[in-house]
Amino acid sequence: MEKLPFERPTIQKISAGIPSKHGISRKLEPLSHIDGLSIKSLINDYGSPLFILSESSIRKTYKEAYRAFSSRYPNVQFAWSYKTNYLNAVCNVFHQEGAWAEVVSGFEYDKAAANGVPGESIIFNGPDKSKENLRKAIQNSSLIHIDHFDELYEIIHLSREMDERPKVAIRINMDVGIYPKWDRFGFNFENGEAWDALNRIKASKNLDLIGLHTHIGTYMMTTQAYKIAASKLAQLAVSLEKKHGHVIQYIDIGGGFASKNTLRGAYYPGTDTTPSFDDFAEAITSALMSSEIKPDHLPMLILETGRALIDDAGYLAGTVLANKRLSDGRRATIIDTGVNLLFTAFWYEHDIRPIEPISDQMEDTTIYGPLCMNIDVIRGNVMFPLLKKGDHYVVRRVGAYNTTQWMQFINLRPQIVMLDMKGKAHLVRKGETLDTINSQEITPEHLQNFNL
Amino acid sequence: MPKIRKNIAISESGFVFDPLSGESYSLNPLGLEIIHLIKNGQSYEDLSEVLLAKYEVDQETFDRYFYDFVATLKQFNLLEVETDA
Ligand SMILES: Cc1ncc(COP(=O)(O)O)c(C=O)c1O
Repeated sequence: MEKLPFERPTIQKISAGIPSKHGISRKLEPLSHIDGLSIKSLINDYGSPLFILSESSIRKTYKEAYRAFSSRYPNVQFAWSYKTNYLNAVCNVFHQEGAWAEVVSGFEYDKAAANGVPGESIIFNGPDKSKENLRKAIQNSSLIHIDHFDELYEIIHLSREMDERPKVAIRINMDVGIYPKWDRFGFNFENGEAWDALNRIKASKNLDLIGLHTHIGTYMMTTQAYKIAASKLAQLAVSLEKKHGHVIQYIDIGGGFASKNTLRGAYYPGTDTTPSFDDFAEAITSALMSSEIKPDHLPMLILETGRALIDDAGYLAGTVLANKRLSDGRRATIIDTGVNLLFTAFWYEHDIRPIEPISDQMEDTTIYGPLCMNIDVIRGNVMFPLLKKGDHYVVRRVGAYNTTQWMQFINLRPQIVMLDMKGKAHLVRKGETLDTINSQEITPEHLQNFNL
Repeated sequence: MPKIRKNIAISESGFVFDPLSGESYSLNPLGLEIIHLIKNGQSYEDLSEVLLAKYEVDQETFDRYFYDFVATLKQFNLLEVETDA
């Protein structure tokens, strides 16, 4: 007699009426391929866990964002925010597409320069620029965005010492109606500090004031905040022209557009709530076009968009280590990726799914990483099919901030591959080995031996 | 073998009602089949022999899912509380 196919026995609670917060729980479709390549074969070839980046997804997203702005405004420039993902392969895709570099440290500055970005296409942001960093940036005609008065005075000092005219902008913080206000960085708009800084730059005579910059926050879900920010920067540009006859070359509206990830605790999934590039572009460009800036003096619009350009292009694939039951009976699945590799698990309810059809039966599951720590939760309370030890999963939208903020903890950081436009895989960062770690260490002579 | 609590109502379609808690549950076909076998007082050996003969599954996989299923029944308080007899 032919045997019947086996489906594991299940019992599920019927909860009356109230659908779960994401509606009736949908079937979790497996994701087996990325750009035509099987995830399973990638894991076989490159190990588990594995970060996978899609070059075609990066280029497609970039072109979409660029089109949204350039179809509404005459002069648009993106600057790739290095901190979001500074793998050289990723940066160079953006540079090939035409993006400048936006950096916030000497390390990032050197990385951009080593990638071949010309000095005048590097925007140097942030509160942490050493004297040596500043010297280099001035020498290379980079765009220095001043964060505070101490830095302004240091640049004035260097301009005299080096007999150069540094190209500067100021970072401006402001009330755009969102909470919490990001007022740690730059000069405040409302209390007149920003205007004061601009006047001091003009008075110094040694600096080239070329731009105005703001970055109002990250994962912004409202376009209105950008409209306010763009209007306020436009006001300053108008005042500069009125008082000093000075026309600025660009307005840099920073980054911060939300990606399609779902924030922890959000009621609706990010795919339903995130404004499109067109929405953001409409808010920003309409504010600039309808400002008092003279039409022939419209400044270049710079965007430092990070996560919204790269999140979708990144995947993290790996392997199930074990299943358990928690003391209250709930299911726990342990995978080989912890929060040390997937830092954004602290912010997002990541989209995690099996790579092969498993079963239609889902159960309330908490997905843990392998670290020996309670905080190591990749997804709490997700309806998930029961994966067996050795089955594979993939986490979507992990391109932003993970491979820059990841930690080497307990285990080594894994390989990263990028799939090119033809779907061929390239290793773009080697997995760490014991040697990688030990080569940084120096054990004093008297601690090199022991007898046990 | 575990025992299903006596006052639990189980329909032919796999609908389960617990009058004590007021909760209701649904069983898939194999879940229902196993519950019936348990109610009939089958030993684990007999039960697994019947089902291994019938379904495309090996002993190890079956054991895993069976005990997981029973753990879920326990979590939902559908089993008799075991006494140390
Ligand atoms: C100055 C600046 N620009 C751009 C970005 C990129 O932001 P996002 O990834 O939210 O677009 C950041 C991120 O913190 C930033 O600080």
